[in-house]
This record gives sequence, C-alpha cells and structure tokens, in this order.
Amino acid sequence: MAAETLATFPKGGIHPKESKELTEKLPVEVMPPPSQVRLFLKQHAGAPCRVSVKKRVMTTPSEERLFLKRHAGDLYQLLVKKKDKVFEGDLVGSVEKGLGANLHASLSGTLEGVENVQHPMVGKAPALVISADPEAEPRSYSSVDWKKFSREELIARIKDAGIVGLGGAGFPAHAKLTLGPDVKVDTLILNGAECEPYLTSDHRIMVEHPHDIIEGAKIILKILGIDYCAIGIENNKPDAIEALNRAIAQDTSKNGYKIAVKPLKVKYPQGSADQIMQSLTGRVRPAGARSSAIGIIVQNVYTTKAIYDAVAFGKPFYERVVTIAGKGIKRPANLMVKVGTSLADIVDYLGGTTPDLVKVVIGGPMMGFSVSTFDIPITKTTSGVLFLTKDEVDTESYYPCIRCGFCLEACPMGLEPNNIGIYVEAGRGAETEQFGIDDCFECGSCAFVCPAKRPLVQFIRLAKMKIRESKKK
Amino acid sequence: MVETQTETTAITEVEKPARLFVSVSPHVKSAETINKIMWTVVACLMPPLILSVFIFGFQTLIITVISVASCVATEAISQKLLHRPVTVKDGSAVITGVLLAYIIPPGVPYWMPILGAVMAIFVTKVLMGGIGFNIFNPALIGRAFLVATYPVAMTSAWLLPIRDASIFKYMGTGVDAITTATPLYVLKHYGIGAVIEKFGSLASIYGNFFIGWRPGCIGETSAFLLIIGGLFLIYKKYITWHIPVSVIVSVGFFTWVFGGEKLFTGNPLLAVLSGGVILGAFFMATDYVTSPNQKAGQLFFGAGIGALTVLIRLKGGYPEGVCYAILLMNTLTPAIDQWFKPRRFAPQPQEGAQK
Repeated sequence: MAAETLATFPKGGIHPKESKELTEKLPVEVMPPPSQVRLFLKQHAGAPCRVSVKKRVMTTPSEERLFLKRHAGDLYQLLVKKKDKVFEGDLVGSVEKGLGANLHASLSGTLEGVENVQHPMVGKAPALVISADPEAEPRSYSSVDWKKFSREELIARIKDAGIVGLGGAGFPAHAKLTLGPDVKVDTLILNGAECEPYLTSDHRIMVEHPHDIIEGAKIILKILGIDYCAIGIENNKPDAIEALNRAIAQDTSKNGYKIAVKPLKVKYPQGSADQIMQSLTGRVRPAGARSSAIGIIVQNVYTTKAIYDAVAFGKPFYERVVTIAGKGIKRPANLMVKVGTSLADIVDYLGGTTPDLVKVVIGGPMMGFSVSTFDIPITKTTSGVLFLTKDEVDTESYYPCIRCGFCLEACPMGLEPNNIGIYVEAGRGAETEQFGIDDCFECGSCAFVCPAKRPLVQFIRLAKMKIRESKKK
Repeated sequence: MVETQTETTAITEVEKPARLFVSVSPHVKSAETINKIMWTVVACLMPPLILSVFIFGFQTLIITVISVASCVATEAISQKLLHRPVTVKDGSAVITGVLLAYIIPPGVPYWMPILGAVMAIFVTKVLMGGIGFNIFNPALIGRAFLVATYPVAMTSAWLLPIRDASIFKYMGTGVDAITTATPLYVLKHYGIGAVIEKFGSLASIYGNFFIGWRPGCIGETSAFLLIIGGLFLIYKKYITWHIPVSVIVSVGFFTWVFGGEKLFTGNPLLAVLSGGVILGAFFMATDYVTSPNQKAGQLFFGAGIGALTVLIRLKGGYPEGVCYAILLMNTLTPAIDQWFKPRRFAPQPQEGAQK
C-alpha cells in the first residue's frame, strides 16, 4: 500500500482494544424467523409511529379501537383490530406529521396487539406484537430501474421504506435528504468508520454488498444534486476498502459522479459525524448547527445500502445485520435478523451464553446501553449485541479525581469532563454549561482513559439533566 | 460501586447468568489505573535509592524505609480513625514516603522522617480529603516543616560521597557524621571559585554531579538516574515533557541571566545539576493533583517554578529554593487552570445570538 497519510481528526480520541476478530471474518448469516416479533412504535428520532394497516384489514367500529398511552402523556389511537393478518413488509405504522419513520411488519403472521415492552434505552415503550405464521413464504422483491425516478420520487420511496440512520442515532433518512432551498451542500460522506470496538455489521455489509453501497451513493448524490462522495473507512478494514474500490472500478455508469474511498486512521471516535467530517474535509461544524450548514451530508454505509434496497427493489427496512459478539456468547455471529426479534431468541439460536457472562450491551461497548434482561427486541438501530464476560468489562469502583488531565487530552470536543464530574459530585451539576457540556455527544473517551475509573459519562448525563431542570424553573 | 445489580427476568430457556451488571457507557475502559501509575512512579524512583546507598552509605536506605513505613502507617491509621476507606494500596503514600526521604539530608537522625511523614500525609493529604484533594505536594510540605522545625539538622547533615566503597561508613552516626556543605551552599556564600576549589574543575564537576557523586539530599544527587526514570514516565505517557522541560529551562535561563557577577554570566548547567532541580522537575512538580491540567498552563507553571527557584537561591535566605518554588506554584494551580482552558472543537455561537 502506498505510504499515504491517513485522514484523521487532530483533537483528542482514544485507542480502545478493537476486539473485532470475533466476527469480522464471519459472513452474514440469516437467522430463521422467530415465532414472534415486537416492533417499537418509536424506532427512530422524532415522533412515534401512528399504527395503521392497509384498508383491507382495517376495521372501523369504535369499540375495537385500542387506546395507547404515549410517552408525553397524550393518547393516540390504534386503528387496527386485534388478530388481524399481516404480511412481511406490510406497513403497520406510519408517520403522522413532523419527524418520523414508517414501520413495517417484519414477519407474516397475526397482529396480536400492542404491549408495553422493555426498551434498551427508555424503559418500557409501546410495541406492536406479531406472532409468526409458520406456513408463510418469505416475501421477494423484484428490481426496478431506479434511474427513471425523479428526486421527489426517490425521496418518497426512501420515506415509504421507513429507513432511519443505522449508525445509531436513527434520524429518518428521507428527512436528512430533504434540504431547505437555501442549503448548499457539496459533499456526501458515507460513514464506514465503524469505530466502536466489537461491531462488524457495517464491515460485513461493505465486504458483501459493495455494489449496492455504490448504487446507493449515486441515488443520494442524485437527490442532493451533487457529484462528490467520499467513503470514510477506518484502516483496520482493508477487505472493505478493497471491495468498495473494486466496485467503484467496475462501475460502468458513473454519470460523472466522483466516488472515492478514503481510508481513515483507526482512532475512536472516528465515526462520529463531527470527527469524520473534519477528517475528510477539514471542515468544523459550529456548535448547534447541522452538518449541512458546512455543506456536508453524512450517511452511514449500511443506511446507504438500505436506501438502495428501498429505491431499486421497493423493499422496506424491517431486517438488519446485527453483530452478536463478546466472550459471553457461545457462537459469535453477524446475524441477519428481523427487526423485533427478542434477544432471548438470538441467544437460543446461537447456543446460549457462557457462565461467566456479566454484562449485556445493546450497541457498541463505548456508547451502547447495558440491559438486565434478554426479553428485549432488536430495533432498526441495533448494530450489535455484546455479551461480555468479567475480563472484558470494567466492574471496579471508582476513585476521586486525581486531576491527571487524561480526559482533557482524550475529549475530541475540547471539553472538561474532569470538572463536570467534580461539580456533579458537589451537587452543582446545573452549573456545568461553562465546561461545554452542550457539545458532548457522550462518546465515552473521557471515562475510557480515566485511571480513577470515574463514571464520567454518567456524571455528564446527570449534569445535562440538572441543567434541563434548572432551565424549566 | 456505580453499577446496580439487577435480577434478570429473561424468559429464555437456555442457561442464563444469575445477574447482569447494568451501568452507563462506556463498558470498556483502559488498563491504566491509579494503582498502576503510582507503583510505576515508585519503581522509577528506585535506581537513585540504590545509588544513594553507594554514595552516602546504608543509612539512606534505612531513612527511606522509615519514611515510607511512617507515611503508609500515618495514612492507614488516620483513615481508620476518621472512618474513611483505607487507601494505602494505591501507592500514593509510598511515593510521598520515598520523595520525603529523597529531599532530606542523608545524615539526619532516624526519627526525623517520622515527623515529616505525619505532616505530609495526615495534615497535607488526609485532612484535606485524601487523594485528589490536597493543595500542596505532601512530601514538600513534610520537608518544609522539618526545615522550619529542625533547621540545623536539615541544613547541615550533609555527607561527603564515599570514595572507599565502605557503605556502612556513616551508619548510626546521625548528625555528628563528617559533615560537609552542598555545592549550592558553597556557591551562595563563597562563589564559583570556591566551588571549583572544593569539588574540582568544572568539567569534573559536571561529570560527577550528573552521575550523582556530590553532597546533597538522599535522592536528588543523580541527574542521570532521575532523568532515566522521568523519561520512562514520559514514555508511558503518565507525564508529559511540558513541566520538567519548562522547569529545567527556566532554572537554567534565569541563572544564566542573573546568576553571575554581571548579567548573562551565570552558570546554567551547574544550577540545573545541583540541588533538587531534576528530582523536582520530573517527580514533584508533575504531581497530578497539584499541577495544572492544560499543556500551556503546565509550561507557565514550570517556568514559574524555575523563576522562583532562582530567586530564592540568589536573593533568599536558603541556598536551595526548588521546594518552596513548587509549593508556591502549587497555590497558583487552580488559578492557572482557570487561565488556560482547553480549546473547544466547535466554534461557539456568539453570546445572545442563540435563539
């Protein structure tokens, strides 16, 4: 390889153990459909879906309407009769107004109703329960030539498919691509950094479906009306870089689009939007602004493939690759699972857990959420589930701050996690805005390097809460 | 313990763990711990101790052991009495003990480090709230206390380096040992000519002082071994070059400017190699708790230590000023941290412009 200097961001960052060797070479394996799925009505940023099904199964009598409590306390209606039949790919929840994403049945079967189900992040949340019809055939999709679609039609197809940002934030994809008239964008960045340790789902998608990603990039470029796309990939995935480079070379219908793979230095949090934009373009997003303000749209590589599937096949987003890794699971894998599949079913399928399992994390080890039960469904944004053993996680107690300043060096945003922690411990969390807490996206670099093992992200979340409380008064 | 342990309610039939830990992210952490850092510092401080036995005799080891033992005991007893968790295993009290021994003369009576240890650990550290909360470097307060209380012993119990390899030579002789004067004392009171007369030509002075063959405190004499230890800490990324380099450069610079008979005629090399500059620069000024966090602040802090050291050496009542220079700059550390803030990633919206 040429002695090209790898693009990276200058300020802060850390080098956690990558731990990707468990699954990075494992091809995606399709898990057989489970007997039941539970689909959260809110799988994305924005408002929850309004439950709806096609006319043929909708019933009108008012006594059959189910009322659900929304998190804000108001009520909304469930317009579906219990025990209705649904088919894989059917629309079961729709965007009513504002920001949101459609929801589709991930199984053919019977709609059992709505239950409050344990969510990895927000406690209990309403979810549609569908039990599988074992006889049902998997649905197939036939391709159409996407080039005939106009920009509006492309966006509509993406919106119909219920695609959200698969990198973790879950921002509805169609909303990100719908720009205001005065917004000027010149660069599309496809984020294939996958800087979180353990996770390999984006990696496998890049290795196994490079052509889909390139086509998806062209769809997004057409929507945005621009011609430049940079694909940022951390340099620890040489096979993904090679696959995408080959796909670009083989592509015969470039239409003047300039798509280039840019290897990135392996440094966490390289995949954070702010950091990857700075690494690839040198541009810095002002605090509080959106990335389009500096002329850039960032999409995750997996989201890009989902966009291609939606546009070229009309396939809604209801199944995804999830990395199941860690020393606590008998058989690590990159699994293609239906959205709504329970962790318990996945554990069953992979042969169970090991006796020394101490922690289960939904997402990556740096920013993921630990859970206390296997009774949790996979969502659209679940990129991995980690089963971690005692020697993989830190369960130590913490010390007072010794003011070593390691966190100041590690913070990619130039904040002062040490002082935020000290203030929170002193009961003055509401006074921490001076340390830049608004910019914190909780990447966890500070808590990772802290030799006193202080739970700095926890302190920061507490401080953010205190600030919100004090502003309400 | 931050983690709350929650019973799992998994419905799965497969074997499941009795309980899962739940905590806020991140779920993986670096291998560096306070204990590891502190014990590495202790290890880096060991070579000068071994050398000191060969230079001043066996009692340097005895004094160091007494100092460490009394620091650890003081911390354990005082934490027990105050009903706080006993934290002696973290190694920070051991560092204080070693450093306290290193900055007292080799000829003091054996009970003296015990008093210094109580002052260093109990008053300076434990009463302030324990590790992370002390304002001053504990070992330096211990020394300052001893200098103020026993000025004669602390400023005259110097020993001549042993040239005949009889390392038991000064054993048990205490203050009555064959005392001598430190190079800085000679320099201050009799000038550079007297230093050359007493310690040999400048070239041999540089060589001997670099290796550690000179009168001085137990652990401060060997610039060579201290620099090796300091470089190892820099290599491990436990400290950065900013404080040590700025201290040393600043001592050299101000000595060069003001240290001679006329301006710009001082001897910077002699100033850096004598006294406690190297020990202070690498091992005491870099104490996390009492030094600034930002690199720019650290440079300011180190430069201030150097300037104050030279000021005390040239104009003050003591021949050596590193100890007080660091203590004075310790008091400025919170202010320096206010003056030098990290540079934020994102340009901040103007005040008032935000909604």
